[in-house]
Amino acid sequence: MNKFSVIGQSLPKIDAWAKVTGETRFADDLLLPRMAYAKLLRSPHPHALIKRIDTARARALPGVYAVITGHDLPRVKFGILPVSQDEEALCVDKVRMVGDAVAAVAAVDEETAERAARLIDVEYEALKPLMSIQESLANPEARIHEYGDGPNIHKAVALQFGDVEAAFGASHLIREDVFYFEGNTHLPMEQHAAVAHWGPDGKLTLWSSTQTPHYVHRLLGKILDVPQAHIRVVAAPVGGGFGGKLDPFAHEIAACKLSQIIGRPVKIALTREEVFYVHRGRHPVLMWIKTGFTKDGAITGMHFRSWLDGGAYGSYGVASTFYTGALQTVTYKIPVYKFEGARIFTNKPPCGPKRGHGTPQPRFAMECQIDKAAEQLGLDPADMRRRNLAEPFTKTANHLTVSTIGLGECIDRVVEASGWREKRGKLPPGRGIGIACSSYLTGAGTAIYWNDMPHSGVVVRADRSGLVAILCGATDIGQGSDSVLAYLVAEVLGIQPMDIRVHPADTDLTPVDLGSYSSRVTLMAGNAAIQATTRLRDKIFEAAAKKLEVTPDRLAARERRVFVADDPEKGMTFAEAVALGESMHGVLAFPGSYAPPKRAGKYKGGGVGPSPCYSYSACVVEVSVDEETGEVKPTEVWIAHDIGRSLNPLLVEGQVEGSVYMGLGEVLMEEQVFRKGVHKIPSMLEYKSPTTLETPEIHTILVETDDPEGPFGAKEAGQGPLLPVIPAVANAVHDAVGVRIDETPISPDKVIKALDLKRQGKLPRVGPDKLPLFKFPEPRAVESAFGQPAEHIAERPFGR
Amino acid sequence: MKAQLTLTVNGEARDVVVAVHKTLLEVLREDLGLTGTKHGCELGECGTCTVLVDGEPVLSCLALPVELQGRDIKTVEGMADGSRLHPLQQAFAELGAAQCGYCTPGILLTAEALLEDNPTPSRDEVRVALAGNLCRCTGYTKILDAVELAALRMKGARAS
Repeated sequence: MNKFSVIGQSLPKIDAWAKVTGETRFADDLLLPRMAYAKLLRSPHPHALIKRIDTARARALPGVYAVITGHDLPRVKFGILPVSQDEEALCVDKVRMVGDAVAAVAAVDEETAERAARLIDVEYEALKPLMSIQESLANPEARIHEYGDGPNIHKAVALQFGDVEAAFGASHLIREDVFYFEGNTHLPMEQHAAVAHWGPDGKLTLWSSTQTPHYVHRLLGKILDVPQAHIRVVAAPVGGGFGGKLDPFAHEIAACKLSQIIGRPVKIALTREEVFYVHRGRHPVLMWIKTGFTKDGAITGMHFRSWLDGGAYGSYGVASTFYTGALQTVTYKIPVYKFEGARIFTNKPPCGPKRGHGTPQPRFAMECQIDKAAEQLGLDPADMRRRNLAEPFTKTANHLTVSTIGLGECIDRVVEASGWREKRGKLPPGRGIGIACSSYLTGAGTAIYWNDMPHSGVVVRADRSGLVAILCGATDIGQGSDSVLAYLVAEVLGIQPMDIRVHPADTDLTPVDLGSYSSRVTLMAGNAAIQATTRLRDKIFEAAAKKLEVTPDRLAARERRVFVADDPEKGMTFAEAVALGESMHGVLAFPGSYAPPKRAGKYKGGGVGPSPCYSYSACVVEVSVDEETGEVKPTEVWIAHDIGRSLNPLLVEGQVEGSVYMGLGEVLMEEQVFRKGVHKIPSMLEYKSPTTLETPEIHTILVETDDPEGPFGAKEAGQGPLLPVIPAVANAVHDAVGVRIDETPISPDKVIKALDLKRQGKLPRVGPDKLPLFKFPEPRAVESAFGQPAEHIAERPFGR
Repeated sequence: MKAQLTLTVNGEARDVVVAVHKTLLEVLREDLGLTGTKHGCELGECGTCTVLVDGEPVLSCLALPVELQGRDIKTVEGMADGSRLHPLQQAFAELGAAQCGYCTPGILLTAEALLEDNPTPSRDEVRVALAGNLCRCTGYTKILDAVELAALRMKGARAS
C-alpha cells in the first residue's frame, strides 16, 4: 500500500474548474452597487519638480465625483521595507520617474475618469533625468532622494568571510570577468486592479490583485490614518504575479481615499502601460566576479561585486542588493567569500523582486564564469560542477545553513537525458549545448519587518457535516497554494482535497501569512497547516478511540474513514468521527503556526539569505545559432529539480516549465529599456516575450531528497528552476559558435557583433568592459563558517 | 452616441444600449456581466480577450459590437454544454494547463476554433494556432498537452 493517499498524486488544482469556465473572479471582475471608477494622472517627466496642480477643470466635468492630489492624503511616506520609506501615493513636490502618480479622479465611469484626469493642469519644472548608474553617480548634485548611503546611492554594502586574497594567492587559475544583466519585467497577464469600499461604519475593505495582503494591510494603516483594525484587505485570485504585485501601490491607496471621500465603492484598474510603470521588476545589474580555482576546478575563493540600477524608489531594493551576493555559496564549495554591492537610484520605474529576486543576475555571471574556467582547465563543465558541490548539512562561508542537496543527482539526470556526453563540442556547426546549475530559497528566513510572530498561520475546522475548512492568509497567484494546503490537510485527515474548502487571504478571516514571495508558502503555510490538522486529528481520534474502545495511537485515517490500523473493519466514516469529536470537545477549530528556524548570520545583512532549506536545479539547453541573422533558438531544454518531495508532480512540473519559459524570455529577448528619459516599450507588442513558437520542448525531471524542514519533505519549485536556464543558454551559444555574450538578452545584434569579432581574430566576446568608479565601504570582516556542521535545529517557538 | 443593438451571445439574443465606440470586450464584461472574458492589454497584443465570432477567434478588445449584430458570438461561458464541460475545459483542468487562469478563456476559445477546423492537429499546428495568445505562467507545455488530450478524446467520442 502506498505510504500516502494524496501526496505525490497528479491531482487537478482545487480551483481548476472555476478557472476553465471563466468563473474565477479576479479583482477587476468585482462589481459593487454604486461603484465609481478611478484613474490616476501620471507624470510624463522622468525627473521634475511639481510647481502647481490645478484640478478645477477636472472637478467641473459632469460625472466626476472627486479629484484628489497628494495634499488630500496624510503626508506620510511609505515603502515595503522599513528602511526605505520613500514613496508617496500621489507625489506632492517632485516626480522621480515617468509614471509617478500626481492626482487621482473618481467618476461615474472609467471613460469620464480618464477624460477628467486629462483636464488636470500640472506645471512641472524639469530636472536633469538620471537614466543609468553612471549618470546617477556622475551627477551627485541632481539628487533623486535625500536619503541613502550617498548621493543617489540607495545602499552600499560590503561583507567579507575569510581571506580571499590569500585564497587567490594559492590558486592555479584566477579569473576576473564582467557581466551585465539587463532589466526586465514580470508582465503578468492580469493588469493590477483594486476595489475599495470605505463603509458608512468608517471601516475600509480593499479587494486587490496583491501577492501580499498582509503587508498592504499594514501599510494602509500607516498611510491612511485609520486604525489597522478597521481595515480589511482581501487578495482576489491573482492573474499572474511573479513578484510584480508584492508592493503596496499608489492605485490601491488612491482608491481607498477616494472611496472615503465620495462614500461609494471605487474600482481602479491599471492599463498595460501603467503596469510597465509600476514595474518592481528585475534589476539591471553590472557585475564583476573574481574567482580562484585549483587545477581540478575546485573553487578556492570568490570576490563578487554588483551595481544595481534600482530605479526611482527603494521598494525591496536593500534586500535585492544583499541577494545579489547571498546565494553564490550554497551551490558549490566556496571556502572564503567577499561581496560588495551597491544600489543606485535612477529616474526609471523602481526595480524589485521578480522571480528569483536578485539571484538570477549573479547566477548568470557565476555559471558563465565557471564554464569559461572549465574550458581553460580542460575540464568537462558538468563534471567540474559535479565534483565541487556544497556539502549537505553544513554551513557556507557566509553562515547559511544548508540541509539536503539533490544537485548531484540533478546533474547526472540532465547529463544522461540530454545526451550531454555525446553532444558537447560534437554537434554540427551552429548548434551547441550548455549546462548550468543553481539553488534557491524555500522561503525567506526573516520577515520584512523584524518580529517574533509566526510567518504563517492556518486555522483548520471541521464539523458534524464532515466539512473541513482551511483558513489561511496565503495568496494563490496561480502557483496552486490553495490546492497544496488542501492536499496536505487531506493527507493528514485521510480525506480527499475535494472534501475541503480553502478560504484564503482575507485579513478579517484568515490568520496572517506574510505573502506569496520568496517561495515560502508551500513550506511555511504547509507546515502550519500540518500542525493545525494534526491537532484537529488528535481530538477526532481521541473521541473515535473511546467509541471503538482502543487507544488513539492505534487509529488511522484513510479513504474517508477513521479505523483501527491493524483491524481496518473496525472503524467509522470520517464524518461520524468528527461528530464524536464535536460531542466530546465542542467546536473543532485548531490553529497552526510556523516560523522558520532563526538562522540569520550574526552580521548586518545576515538576515538576507537564510532559509529553512534550499532547492537545487541543473539545466541543459540545446540551441541553434543562425550565423547570418544572429538569432539564437533554444531547441530543447532538460531540467532536473530537487523538489525535496513532490506534493503534486503536475503542479511542480508546471512551476518548473513556467520558470524555464521565463528564463528563456529573459536571456533571449526581454528587456526594459529607456530612451531620452522615456520608457521605450511600454506595450506587450514591443516588449518581446516568448510565444508558443519561441518556447521549445521542456523535459522536466523531479529529484526527491525528503528534506527534514519541508512539509512531507517538500522544497520550493516556483523560482529556482528559472535560474540555471539563463547561463545554460549563454554557455550553449558558446558551444555552438565559439562566442561569449556576457550580457543579457543574447539578442541577434550582439551575436552578430561577436561573430564579426571572431572573424577579425579579436576576442569573440560581447559584454561590458567598464566598471563605475565607486568606492565601496570597508568590508565587515566575519569569519568564514564554511564547512561547519549545520546547527541542530534549536527549539522553535512554533514547531511543526 | 448610443445605439440599441441585439447581439447573439452564447446562443442567446441580448439587447443592449451602448455607446457606439464601446468595444465588444467592454460590452461583454460591463453590460452583459460576462466577466469570463479577460483583458490583458486592450490593444490587440496579447490574445487574452479572444472570443469566437461565427466560430473564428476575434480579439474582443478590437471588435465593435455595432458591427456584430446577427453574428454568433461565443465566450468561455458558452463552451460548456449545460453543466457538462467542453473536452478542452476538462483537459485543461486535469492537466494543470491553467495556472493563474487569466489567459485561459482566450486560449480555450482559440483552441476550440482550431479543433473545429483541424480535429487532429500536430503539436506544431497547435503551437501556430496559439501563437497569438500569451501565457506567462505555464511555459505553454501543459497547454499544448491539454489541447492534444482534448483532440484525442473528441476523436474518440466521434468514433463511438
